[in-house]
Formats: sequence, C-alpha cells, structure tokens
Amino acid sequence: MMQPSMQEPSDLDESPPPLPPRPKKLPPVGSISGIGLPTRATTAVSVTDFQTPAQGNAIRNSNTGSESIAPANELDESMSVRSTVVTVEPAMDAESLLGEVLEKDTLAWRTLGPMPAEEDIEIFPSDAEFDDNFDREFDELDDMTSDGLNEQAVVDQWKSKLKQYFILSRAGKPVWSRHGNDQLVTSYIGVILTLISFYEDVSDSLRGFTSGSTRFVVLTKGQLYLVATSSLGESDQQLRGQLEALYMQILSTLTLPVMERMFKVRASTDLRRPLQGTEKLLSALADGFTRGSPSTLLNALECLKMRKSHRQLINNAFLKTKSDQLLYGLIVAGGRLVSVVRPRKHSLHPGDLHLIFNMLYEAGGIKAGEGENWIPLCLPGFNNTGYVYMYVSFLSLDPAAEQARQRLAPMENLEEVAVILISATKESFFDMQQMKTDLVEHMSKNGSYNILKNCVKRRRLSCSDIVPGSPLKHFLYKSKTNVQFAMPSFDPLFADEISKRRLLTLYSQLQASIHSRPAPPKVHHTSSSTYTALAWNTQLFELYAIAPANTSRIELSQAANKVVQYIRREEERVFIIGGAVF
Amino acid sequence: MADASQGSAPKPSSSVKLVLLGEAAVGKSSLVMRFVNNDFQENKEPTIGAAFLTQKCPLPTRTIKFEIWDTAGQERFASLAPMYYRNASAALVVYDITKPSSLTKAQHWVAELQRQASPGIVIALVGNKLDLATPSTSPEGADEAAEDENDDDEADARKVPTKTAKAYADEDGLLFFETSAKTGENVAEVFTAIANAIPETQLKGTRGSAAARAQEESRVNLSAGRDTMGAKEGCAC
Repeated sequence: MMQPSMQEPSDLDESPPPLPPRPKKLPPVGSISGIGLPTRATTAVSVTDFQTPAQGNAIRNSNTGSESIAPANELDESMSVRSTVVTVEPAMDAESLLGEVLEKDTLAWRTLGPMPAEEDIEIFPSDAEFDDNFDREFDELDDMTSDGLNEQAVVDQWKSKLKQYFILSRAGKPVWSRHGNDQLVTSYIGVILTLISFYEDVSDSLRGFTSGSTRFVVLTKGQLYLVATSSLGESDQQLRGQLEALYMQILSTLTLPVMERMFKVRASTDLRRPLQGTEKLLSALADGFTRGSPSTLLNALECLKMRKSHRQLINNAFLKTKSDQLLYGLIVAGGRLVSVVRPRKHSLHPGDLHLIFNMLYEAGGIKAGEGENWIPLCLPGFNNTGYVYMYVSFLSLDPAAEQARQRLAPMENLEEVAVILISATKESFFDMQQMKTDLVEHMSKNGSYNILKNCVKRRRLSCSDIVPGSPLKHFLYKSKTNVQFAMPSFDPLFADEISKRRLLTLYSQLQASIHSRPAPPKVHHTSSSTYTALAWNTQLFELYAIAPANTSRIELSQAANKVVQYIRREEERVFIIGGAVF
Repeated sequence: MADASQGSAPKPSSSVKLVLLGEAAVGKSSLVMRFVNNDFQENKEPTIGAAFLTQKCPLPTRTIKFEIWDTAGQERFASLAPMYYRNASAALVVYDITKPSSLTKAQHWVAELQRQASPGIVIALVGNKLDLATPSTSPEGADEAAEDENDDDEADARKVPTKTAKAYADEDGLLFFETSAKTGENVAEVFTAIANAIPETQLKGTRGSAAARAQEESRVNLSAGRDTMGAKEGCAC
C-alpha cells in the first residue's frame, strides 16, 4: 500500500529529495499490518499497552504510560539503550500476537458504531485546575497596595504562574523578569543567586533542579544568569533553548562587546536602563514559549505554502530590484516566510529570524499602518558583535482594510505581510525604501503581488486535506536540511489556547524523548486514554503526529507515512529551498 | 505607504523633513499617529529605532508634505539621532507636562539641534499629555491660558507649568505648544504652525514628484548631503 520507509530511516539519510525507492534488500514487512512500523519487533509490554485502548473504555486511565520502540533493523546498530532493553523481550511471540490482535481490534473499532463527529473528539481531557491557571497565566499581577495588606494575595498570584523567567547579573542585579516587580522578585532572586554561587564556589555549575512539580533551569552566559521555571513538563534542553532565545534578544539590543564592556567597567551595572523599551520584546518571546511555539520547539521556520514557480517570481523580483546596500531581504506573511534573498555565503539563523518575527508580529511595537521603520539591531546568530539596520514596511494587500487597520491590536497584525530589508549601512534607509517601492512595482508587474495576496488569504490546510481519510488530527514535520517545518492548521481541535498548549506540551514531550541522551530512540509511541501519538526521527526529518486513542498504531504510522509522502511531493511548495541568492 | 504626492490640485506642493525628538514615553509616536491617522492608542509600545511617515498639510497658498521621522526616545538610540535631524528643516521636541525631567531632556535636544542641525531649522517645543492637567488650566488654546498655575492642586498631574516652558521657548526662539495626542487638542496646530514657519525660499525646488525624489534621496545620503544642505540653508537665512 505504501512505502514502508519508516523502517529504513538511515537509508533516507544520504539522499536528498526526491528520495529513491526503498532498497529491495529490506525484510518484506510491508503487509498492511506491518506498514513501515517495526511492530514485529515490539514487546509484549507494548502489545498489552497497545491493546488497551481498543478494548473499550474500561481501563482507560491505566494505560497512560508511554514506551518507545526502535525499528527492527536498528537492532544490529545497537542504536539506543532503550531499544535494546525493549527488544530483549521475546520478539517472536509479540509479533504473532500483535499481528492477529491488530486486525481484530481495528475491525472491532469500526463496528463499534459511527465515529464521533470531529468536534466531539476529545484529544485532551480537560483539567479544570490547569485550564484555570493557564487562563490567568498572562494576566498582570495586581499592584501591591501601599499598606501591603494584599501582599499574600499578590504573592499567591505570582506563584500560580506556570512559567517564570528571570534574568539577573552575576552581581545579583535583576535585569528582567516576566512576572512580578522588583519588590516581589528580589528575595527570590537572592535565593537563586545563593544556590548558583554555592555550586560555583565548588567549581561546579548549577544547571537545574526540581521543586515539587516545577522544574528550574539555569543558563549562565558571561555575566548573566538566566533562569526559567516551568510546570508545563518541558525538558531542560527545551527550557534552555528558550533561555538562549531570551539571551539572544538581549544581545540583539546591546551586542555582545557592548554588554561585556558595561560589565567590565562596572560589574554591578544595571542592564535595565540600556534595555529600556525592550521589556515587551522579552515578554512577548517568553509568552510565545508559554503559549507553545512550534518554531522554537523545533528550532525551525515555517513558510507560506506557494507554488515553486510563484515563489520563483517573487525571488526574481527581489533579485531584479536588489539594492547594493542590501544584505538580506525577506518577505514574511504573519510569521511565515514567503521569500528570502541572501548573499551566497550567508544563510539566516532561525534564531535571528525568530527575534525579528517576534518583534513584528508579537510584540506590537511595529504595526501596519504606522509608516516604515528603520531599526538598528544585532542579529546574534549572524554576528553578535555589531548592528545591522532593518527596514520594515507592511504591504497593504487589501486597500479596503487600509483604513480599518489603523486600530489593529498587536495580535491582529498576524496575517500582515511585511517586506524586511536588512542592510549593514545605517544610512541606507532611502536605498531600502526605494528598493521596496521597486520591488512592489515589479511584483505587481509580474503578477506575483496578486499571487501573494491569494496565498495569504488562503487558510492553512487542515490535516484532513493533507492526509485525507486518515485519523491524524495534527502533525509537525521538520525538515532538518532546510531547517524549516510544516504543519496543518490548529483548527478545529486545537484552535483555542488551552488545547494548543496541551498539544504543544505533548509535542515537547515527544521531542524530548527522541532527543534524549545518550541513545535516543528513532521512533517513539505514546498513548493515553484519549490520544495516541508518534514521534519519528531520521537524519532528514522529525515528524510528530497525533490521532485519537482509538487509532491503531498501524493506522497512525500509515498516516505518518502519508505525511512524509505529502511533504516529499510538495517539498518545494511548503519549504523554501535555498531562496534567491546573489 | 510613503507614496509621494498624489496630484493634489494645482497648489504647489513641497516636502518638509521633520524630526521628532524627546525622552522615551512622552508621546512622540502618539502625536504623529494623531496627526497622520487621527488616531490614538492607549499604552502604545515603545518605538524601536525610528519610523518614517508622511502627511500632507494644506496651507492657503501651498501644500506642505511632511516627511516625518519619529525617533525612539531610549538612551541607546541617541547616537543615531544626528542621522535623522541633520537634514531636517523642522524639529518637534516633545516633553511630558507631568514629568519635569522630560523638559530637561527636551532642552538638551534643543541645544544639540541648535549646535548641530541645519542652521535654519524650525524647532517647536511641545508639552504633551495636556489631558492629564486639570481642564481649568487651559481648556483650549495652548500658550497663554495656563497663567493660573494649578501646581498646588493635588488632582492635577501637571508638573511643568506652562509659564516655565513658554519662557524657555521664547528665550530660545522656539515655537511652543501644549498638546494632547489623546484628545487631539492642538496637534494639527503644531504642524500648521511649523509649516507656516518654514520660509518659502527654502521650499523652492523641493517638490514631491518622483523625479525630485531621486534628487532628494541623494541629499539624504548624509555623507554626501551635508554640504548641499548647508548651501541651501545659507540662502534661506
């Protein structure tokens, strides 16, 4: 039925798309029940686990555990500790057992009655306490009254936050924190500092610890300590990635040498003053992480889906109108990349782009209808020692909305299209402005302006459009070579903030599991009473997919294969390969 | 967005470069928003870098097209300011009437402009957030009305008496207004006054037409532009 390519990830590794057909030498496990999944090699444990959801609602809560399995052919490579452990179990028994049970189960499920309507499917059971906390996560704390009578209430509010971020200097000066004013935060910062210095005194560094259900992670960068606390179950590595992004935002404002000089002159420098006005950028980044950001989780970018030839038209317009002063040129639609023009030797760092997108689309400092902007900033991934200058202009794709959008709130900026032209010369604003005018003119002439307009209007494809007939409800696909990811719309199941957060929490657990050290599994299955999910890691891509609990593993992996096929087919539409180079 | 003149009638039109300077959070962007879009936003996010906007201002005999540089007020952007004011024919130096330190900062800006900007630059000192002062101070009309000082009034957030700022402005030959970007009070007046204060001679030859734009661009290129501009200013004075 389909390519069981999941069995041979290492085979895919060498060959860039389009991929060659699967080598014949592989063991023929391609029967329906064996689709791509190393099911035959799984264990008795996993089988039991797997059957449970199929046996009805009785013991739903008992099988929330997850386990990982490794593709059979990797046994020889002794790839992962986990896979070895798991496959110690008698494989043969499991195999036959699994094969039979599977057929029955899926049949049984089909006959159980009509499938619930899309809206009725509940992937994540609601958890009133979490929902409540998450609802209030982004609320500002009450002001402490002068008599201090509400102190306890404010502290409680503060403590109920699921995520906290603190940045402080080695000298113990607060630099920034997401929640709470100095008065509130100072004593906690003192505690953190004491803990950190305790370890430093013995030439060790404190990287993280757990208190209750909250994980604390510390990142040390020069004279700065960055601390994240999370009750969302993110891994240390993920939290550290978020702290890295906050650190990059600080560098983006100050540059590394400037910051180092400040601390050299005075170790007790108060960084809040030079960072004044960027608090919102940091908070917007942090809140993005708390809401759940596939982009940060995967450290990759998303592109606006578009025909290759259409993107080529835009790229051509870029190249034709390129100013001599131009370093990078980008067109971005609501945080999705449309086109890039760049020098041959340089590529853009996803972290840098994330900072730019955050500034444009989340922080609300720059808005459509408020003119053109000229922004000095440091792109730390590109060069953390100096500034580049960024010209930003939002395109008025819809003249009728032109008037109305003056009142746009930051979040409504989301689908706006921005032309971003980055130059190394601070006085080239008018060159960039001219280039933008030329670019828009050129795009109107070659038709790509209208094409872009239509692509932006089109909604993200839903999962059922991409893999019709499959039980899949959502997926993330990251192309490692392109450092880009693709995903379907969060609608309808994960459209609201809480469901989206739950989905991203699941994704982050999956992501952590296939990146766990020392020997990460290639494929990881997990299931609960309401969903079943898969993470699949090859050298070419990472894929995360989720389906309702009644989906068999086989169906899930079939669907996963379909996603991979879809991406392979549409690769040059969903991703930008190379971009325009000069 | 920055589209040039869309053939606005037979009246001659000319471009005026204007820069806004002043401490962070005094309301520079809000003033521009009110002038350009007749709009106001509470709790606006701080400007990052600078924003470039254009707006026409019709006068009886001609149309002035303002090319406005709205700069960020944070200290770290101060070093970039010369780039924006060097070729400007007008500057709006803004302070917050509820914050005395912002007037001090404004005075620094005025001094810097007088020292380093084009000699003929028209400078307007603008005290913003008039809506926070008790209405009795100056319900309308900026300059004179505020003689009666409400400083002792507890409810009044005003900390900079009109008199003080006005005296300073007069001394330095600046236009002076108190405005509220929130209510729109006096905002258009500031820009009209500036437009009127720009000597006609200085406007000759600068047209918003596409052809002239190219010329302007080279003028804006600061390294090259300084001398040209200086010459121009010379004849303007």
